This record gives sequence, structure tokens and C-alpha cells, in this order.
Amino acid sequence: MPKITYISHEGKKNIVEVPKGLSVMEGALQNNIEGIDADCGGSMACATCHVYISENWFNKLEKIHDAENDMLDMAYEPKKNSRLSCQIIVTDDLDGLEVTTPIKQS
Amino acid sequence: MITTDVIIIGAGPVGLFAVHQLGIKGLKAEVIDNLDKAGGQCIELYPEKPIYDIPAVPECTGKELTENLLKQISPFKTNFHYNERVEEVIQDKDNWIVKTNRSKKFIAPNIIIAGGVGSFEPRKLPLKEAEKYEETSVFYSVTNKKFFENKNISIFGGGDSALDWTLELSKFSKITLIHRRNEFRGAPHTLSEIKKLEKKGKIIIKTPCQLDKIEGDRNIKSISVKFDDGKIEKIKTDTILSFFGLVMKLGPIAEWGLSMDKKTILVNTNNFQTNKAGIFAVGDICTYPGKLKLILSGFHEVALAPVECFKRAKPNETYRFEFTTSSKTIHERLGLEKKNV
Repeated sequence: MPKITYISHEGKKNIVEVPKGLSVMEGALQNNIEGIDADCGGSMACATCHVYISENWFNKLEKIHDAENDMLDMAYEPKKNSRLSCQIIVTDDLDGLEVTTPIKQS
Repeated sequence: MITTDVIIIGAGPVGLFAVHQLGIKGLKAEVIDNLDKAGGQCIELYPEKPIYDIPAVPECTGKELTENLLKQISPFKTNFHYNERVEEVIQDKDNWIVKTNRSKKFIAPNIIIAGGVGSFEPRKLPLKEAEKYEETSVFYSVTNKKFFENKNISIFGGGDSALDWTLELSKFSKITLIHRRNEFRGAPHTLSEIKKLEKKGKIIIKTPCQLDKIEGDRNIKSISVKFDDGKIEKIKTDTILSFFGLVMKLGPIAEWGLSMDKKTILVNTNNFQTNKAGIFAVGDICTYPGKLKLILSGFHEVALAPVECFKRAKPNETYRFEFTTSSKTIHERLGLEKKNV
């Protein structure tokens, strides 16, 4: 099973196995990872599952859609490497992916 | 004090359909919502996005769904209390008393919480200093347009609200529109109007950059924005308008003594009652084994909860299950003309 590393804004690492086909957001909720709220439940309507992706991983992810970018405008302190974790689907290729959660989600 | 059979908290799709399911059973409801209109998340988050999983409705937008539900419940002539947030829920023997932030009071044997993920609030600017100027120089909505005349306004955001207010307020104020990326999201006509104004020098657009600093004493004097390349620029500003959409806050619901699982309320699936007799939770805010956060699940939940509401509201009457196709009583409640029945 692919391993995903969730890093808190303070640098605390949580490495968990997330089944293929789930989103990085769902992986966080199932493992009680703090820092991802996911208020809308994954309908890309709230920007509270916002994460930062390290540079080496950012370009390996599927390209960001306009609708996700529009939603990221609403996120708390979005940066160039921001993504919504509900839109990143875990595959074997993402084994080892590291995502960092922001100071807060709203 | 307003007396009724059921107090419904939340006027989203599930709260609205609760009015229907109560209404056909002859129960009166009063609906309270923190927003200024019905529809909840459907209206606030995705009014124009199509929904494809409402049974027998192949496709409809959040706005259409809301409008149709309002039409469907219109025979019951329900009172809606908008811009009111429920603060307190107090037990009074077999009844519940509900108090709102504007001191409205309700009493009923039943409360149905259809509160979604809580109440909507504007998403605040991330800078701490912004808090100090809230309601004096920093605003998250425009309620009194006159206040925004002859000012140096910095508007943050890249969506419809930011663009529309840039157009409107540029008629009588100096506007700087600031956004974190170069692309704006808005109606094509609005975008072309914005471009025209920028060309004429009527407005200034700064992208891609974000708020870095606010300077001032009692009022804001200037702000600094930081561009993606690290460059910092000072902008003369006395008023900030920020449009970063809405966030959902659970708010006081967490303090009513209900059994909760994170931000959701535990219910049983027989009647969607919580651990408190007479308080029910339905829609996205309730949870039980297998719960799915779907509008259609919420519709099922509000079909069942009213049966228990009936028993509590009319303890001396016998509840009888009836179909809308054949029940004369339901037809009367729906205000159907005798000749059609």
C-alpha cells in the first residue's frame, strides 16, 4: 500500500498507508491526521483540505484543474505549491508523497 | 416567544424538505437560518453547479433545487427567520426553548437540527493585524455602499464578489484589486469591463501577490503586498475589502450537550433522534454507521424524524401513515382544490 507522509505546520511527521484510489484527504481523515478539516466532504467546495506539496512531488501530480485553482483562492495562505488534498488520488506512483498542512484551514 | 410543533435549524435542502414531511403530517414548523436566504450550502457554495443524484431529477443546480423545494413547501406557509443564529437550547419540561443571537425565542416539543457543517462566516484575512481594523477599515462585505465613497480601497480576491465590487465602487473610489494569481474567475462580461477600467487607468490591478503588512494607527494608512518573486510594494489604502468566500463554523451546536463525533451529531437510525429526547439531527450534520453526506440521504432522514415529532407534539392523537397520492387529509394540507382530488 502506498505510504503518504503528512507533515504538520510545526514539522511533525505522520507516515500512514493509504489504499490506492482514496484521496489524500480521505487518507488523512481515516487516520485521524490533524490539520485537514474537509468540511464539504470532498466536493471541492470549501478549501479546508488545503496542503502544500514539496517541489519534487508537485510536478509529478496530475495537473491542477481550473476549478481547483479557483477554490484555492479561498484557502488560508495559498502558495504556488498549494493543492486541495481531496483532488489528489493515491496511486502506486505516489508512494512516498509528502504533504504539509497549513497553520490552519480557515 | 414563538410557539410551534417543530423548530428547524438550517434552511438548506434537508431543512426545507423537513417542512414538507412535517407539513403533510399536520405539524407546524418555524425555520431559523444564519444566512439571509434559503438553500444552505447549495446556494452558498455551488448555486450554479449541477447536481446529478436527486432521484427523478436527472440534472439541476443548487439554486434550482432550492427554488423547487421552496415551491414544494409553499402550501404550509412556514415562517423563516433568516440572519438569526441559534445560540442557546434550554430544556423546559417536555419542551425545548431556543434563543437566537438576536434574542428571538422559540418553544416547541421538537427541534430538528439540519445545520450542515454549521453556520457560514466570511473567511478572514490571514494577517493578525487585520482583526484590529475589522468593521472600521477592514470589511468582508458591503452593507452600506455610501460608506465606501471617496476612499482608497484595496480589494482582495479573484472571484465574482471581488470583481463586481471593484466595478461598482470604482465609480466613486480609488480601487486597487489584489489577487494571488494572474487569472480571475468571473463572468466574461465582468472580466472585460475590469480590463477596460484598468486600461483607462480607473483601477489598478496587482497580481500575483498577497497581503504582507498593514500599517496605520486608529485607521489604516497603507498596506504592503508581496509579489511571488519576493518584491514588496506599498499601496496607499484606508479601506480593505476582502472576498475569500465563506467558511463553516460549527459554533454553539457543540455546547448543547449532544453526543458528538468530531463535528457531527450521533443519532439513531429509527427516527434520527439524538441523545436528547425531542432533538433530532438530519443531513450532513448527523452521523450513524454507514452515513453518506448526500442530499438524498437527508431526504430519507427527514421522512422518518417527523413520526417521532408527531408523537411528542400530539401525544393524545394516533399517528397514521398516509400516502400523498390518496390521502384526502394530505391533499387539504397541500391546499389542493377539491375538484382535483
